[in-house]
Amino acid sequence: MYRDYVVDSTWSAGSMVLLAMLLVPALGAAVVALLPAGRDRQGRIVATVFAAITFGLTLLVPLVRPSTTDFGWFAYGDGPPVPPLLPWVNLDLPWVPALGLRFHLGVDGVSYPLVVLTGLLTLLCCAYTVRKVPHGGSGRTLAVLLLILEVGVLGTFLSLDLLLFFVFFEVVLLPMYAVIAGWGGPERRAAARKFVLYTLAGSVLLLLGVVLVVTKAGTGNLIVLTGASGLTRTTQCVVFALLAVAFAIKAPLWPLHTWLPDAHTEAPTVGSVILAGVLLKMGTYGLIRVGVGVAPEGAAWAAPALGVLAVIAILAGSLICLRQRELKRLIAYSSVGHMGFVLLGIATLTVTGLQAALLGNVAHGLITGLLFFLAGTIKDRAGTGSLDQLSGLRETAPRLAGLFGFAAIASLGLPGLAGFWGEAFAVVGAVQRGGPLWLTLAAVAALGGALTAAYFLRLLRRLTQGPTTPSVHSLRTTIAGVEWFAWTPLVLLTLLVGVLPALVLVDTALPLATLLGVQP
Amino acid sequence: MIAGWLGALLPGVPLMVGLVGLVLPPGDGGPRRTAALFGIAGAALALLDTIVLLAVSTSRGAPLTANAHWLSLGGIEVTVGFSAGAAALYVALAVCVVALCVQVYSVTYLHDDPRYAPYAAQVSLFTGAMLLVVTSGDLIGLLIGWEVMGACSYLLIGHDRRLPEAPAAAMKAFLVTRVGDVGFLLGIALLIADAGTSRLADVLAHDYSSGTLTAALLLLLAGVAGKSAQFPLHTWLPDAMAGPTPVSALIHAATMVAAGVYVVVRTYPLFQQSPAALATLAVMASITILLGALSATAQDDLKRVLAWSTVSQIGYMTGALAVGSPAAALFHLLTHAAFKALLFLAAGAVIHAVGTNYLSRMGGLREHMPVTFWSFVIGLGALAGLPPLAGFWSKENVLTAAAHATDGGEPVPVWAAWLVWLSALLAVGVTAWYATRLLLRAFFGPSREHGPDGPRWEIGFDDARYRTTAVPHDPPGLMRWPILILTVPAALLGLAAFAPGFRHALEMDDPHLGVAILLPMLLLATGAGTAWWLWWAAPGVDPVEALGRARPLFASGFHLDTVQGMVIVRPAKALARLVTVADEQVVDAAVESTGTATRELGGMFAEAHRVALSGAAVLVFLGALVLGVVAWLGVGT
Repeated sequence: MYRDYVVDSTWSAGSMVLLAMLLVPALGAAVVALLPAGRDRQGRIVATVFAAITFGLTLLVPLVRPSTTDFGWFAYGDGPPVPPLLPWVNLDLPWVPALGLRFHLGVDGVSYPLVVLTGLLTLLCCAYTVRKVPHGGSGRTLAVLLLILEVGVLGTFLSLDLLLFFVFFEVVLLPMYAVIAGWGGPERRAAARKFVLYTLAGSVLLLLGVVLVVTKAGTGNLIVLTGASGLTRTTQCVVFALLAVAFAIKAPLWPLHTWLPDAHTEAPTVGSVILAGVLLKMGTYGLIRVGVGVAPEGAAWAAPALGVLAVIAILAGSLICLRQRELKRLIAYSSVGHMGFVLLGIATLTVTGLQAALLGNVAHGLITGLLFFLAGTIKDRAGTGSLDQLSGLRETAPRLAGLFGFAAIASLGLPGLAGFWGEAFAVVGAVQRGGPLWLTLAAVAALGGALTAAYFLRLLRRLTQGPTTPSVHSLRTTIAGVEWFAWTPLVLLTLLVGVLPALVLVDTALPLATLLGVQP
Repeated sequence: MIAGWLGALLPGVPLMVGLVGLVLPPGDGGPRRTAALFGIAGAALALLDTIVLLAVSTSRGAPLTANAHWLSLGGIEVTVGFSAGAAALYVALAVCVVALCVQVYSVTYLHDDPRYAPYAAQVSLFTGAMLLVVTSGDLIGLLIGWEVMGACSYLLIGHDRRLPEAPAAAMKAFLVTRVGDVGFLLGIALLIADAGTSRLADVLAHDYSSGTLTAALLLLLAGVAGKSAQFPLHTWLPDAMAGPTPVSALIHAATMVAAGVYVVVRTYPLFQQSPAALATLAVMASITILLGALSATAQDDLKRVLAWSTVSQIGYMTGALAVGSPAAALFHLLTHAAFKALLFLAAGAVIHAVGTNYLSRMGGLREHMPVTFWSFVIGLGALAGLPPLAGFWSKENVLTAAAHATDGGEPVPVWAAWLVWLSALLAVGVTAWYATRLLLRAFFGPSREHGPDGPRWEIGFDDARYRTTAVPHDPPGLMRWPILILTVPAALLGLAAFAPGFRHALEMDDPHLGVAILLPMLLLATGAGTAWWLWWAAPGVDPVEALGRARPLFASGFHLDTVQGMVIVRPAKALARLVTVADEQVVDAAVESTGTATRELGGMFAEAHRVALSGAAVLVFLGALVLGVVAWLGVGT
């Protein structure tokens, strides 16, 4: 089926907002970088202002969305009319015409929650940096890197051109490397190197996959490519295999996850928050948008393998967490388990599963972001992240312990909080898929849910209950204003998404049906 | 419309009050009063709401329902629903009454606890979650209440910071129920994936294949076993006694353990279609009834006796469900809620007065604590099934239902009905035995407060740092009134079986007392008589001595904790160790060695470039030769 695409040549308010979402943080990064070195604190405040403007822009999108999203689509050919991918707002400019490279941005229900999440977490991290600069370098530079990261991540979520997607996907790599290597813990260099080399290896595969698609299909336009009009089954399988490995490294999927615990353990608090909160989502988002969208037959071919690996990730992640003795490392491994649920949702290739994956993505970003904020604070104040030396937190710092308990209980998937929906409905999606394999996967994944509870309860018992240790006894218990500012939105959103999960799923049924090539 | 709003308020008010209460500032004085006010107001408003709803429901003569779309995930529709018939509202009424009593009682019981504010808020959340389970018209809503309750029980059981076993007990409670919930979630997933909606009315009306249905119901039963403390997932309940006593009253009476039974009642149209699920339930119930009753005989801890008695009594309810009588199960649930809440609150008064949980340290309390004593008499009498107290009528209903099912004609297999009937009958005698023993050991005879036997003196229970008074006395007003109020339903609720409205609401048959009641009465008299005779024949000796070598077995709950440790916990830990080692030494080592190998390979090439001049010259010539040959071949073709 071939679709003709009429370029929307007028500059609408929506397309301006899209462009501004990328330009504002980039401009902010430039401005802050150019400030004199003595103005460190002012630099961080300016960065926060730019991050706030960007966040405001992300919130503007639904307001500037045209009421009728009729961009002039029409379809040729026979077969059931699967509705085309209709972005809410759209911006399409030629960029490098010789290579057929276009600067094509757009946002729809699939990407929008992640865009908002990115804007929010960057703002919170920048604000957090105003008061609390980790050891290693100037706070201003850290804020600049955060803004550059935001450009890359937002670009990845907004791209509707494959090559542009690849470019933004890579933009993220170096700033993150610098954040870990510059402001991290004692083993930061090794951890940062492992992160960058591992992810680069994935990028090579991603580039191969992207180039293969673009040469075979003759276009990088994701709107045209979605539904895999022009690719043969073999090509789709090859493409999906390449892309899946690349995204699996980013997500990360067992057994390609070992860069994650090292990176998280060493990264500074804001680095961990961004890494867990939005960077991992680029992998799962890519898998949904590019992997499943461009190569649906390849996805169907690889789905059982992906499902099995996802469930292994859930089990392995939880079991390893049961043995961890380091606070941040434990939370890093818990991410492996949670992203396993997201990948299981994707692997089911049902609308239910994919929606569960989207919910799981957002919930993990909120909850794990909060957990890393709190874990980082505890580690900084106690001077150690070793669980053997942390105990009895609720005796000395009841508020901190209460917040941590909330985050942990949210993370173990308590219904009524954000984490529940993604995990429960990934299981429902697998059950819906049916057959012995998927039912087994559902059962094992549900068992993983119990193991998740086991390790979080063990963590709470060690960290918050019991007698106080000297390092806990001496830690500062007050929570500063900026810390409340960074944490409160995450707490409230965890509750809100738990009660109103439909917020994340506005307008996702149609694009996901398009991605899967099914009737909505 | 109005029903929808009132229905939303029923769980909504306590949940909101609980959430707000969690962020209230801690501290004594003003903040403490605010917290107490919030807690009591939440429970009282919910009670008021329930009464209004009951009135509306009775006047309409139909179940109240309200439904709204919540979200769609793929083809699955999730709704926010309220659906409650009169039976559900009676359960809600029991929940609210017990919660209100517990809130009032806790104000005094925890009078010097610095963390009273979060405690009161968590009790509110707990109440709201249970009310959500009771009134939800949607399986997902039910699941939310179900799990929030589990989390609240975790927080409340672990509340006491000075009790070293509290954190472990809290963790065990949450984890064991959570293991059951794996099944619960999968069962719900099977049901809603097949029905395409999670709305309870649609799920109940959906036509499932018998294989799917049986699988889903057996999975649901795993969750029920966890929540309602049924064999083999009952192990958390006795340990949960580490929580403050009012919390035990809440967990044991109307919430948590009642939730599992209630969910089976709610989904009973499905259970009726699956004899296999009912037979499983029957076996589970029979084992639990006897296991709980026998374990209760040998406990020295007052609260543990009551805890094991709960296990056994919940077994009566699941047994009634198995033999096809949800009405008997609900009736026993209601009477049990009354007398068990009474017993726990009265036990709290005893512990408050003597500063210990151990029966071997009590004795002779009757003269000093007459109110508490008479409350115990009524509570234990109801527990044992002494006519005309509440427990007698409801237990009689269960036994009649089981006896009826042994004639066949019910979905449950006849052998399973025999199993339930026999174990329920036997347990009547055992229950009478341990109830009598408890009463005699605690309230009669000389005081053993400073006596030689029993465990070493310890302030084992100090969740409110009691200073034991010279002479034990009845509790102060705020603790006494909830106890006195609860004695009324514990004594008289059984007579509600004669009220047509109540009977109709529960869909219960007319009460008729035939010759069949002679057998349980005989067993009751035998049990109580034996305990009394043992106590009377050897003054100062615990009747439990008569158990001989069975005593340690009963006291440890048939060593099922050890079995659980060996079969589940240790293999899980070993697996965790194995996976961690594999992750570090296989998966990660492969990555690291790729890096190392690359560097070494690079080193080798670098080394190769540093050979001496002569060798290098040879290499250059060789290279030129190769290139030449390639070029020649290329030209040649």
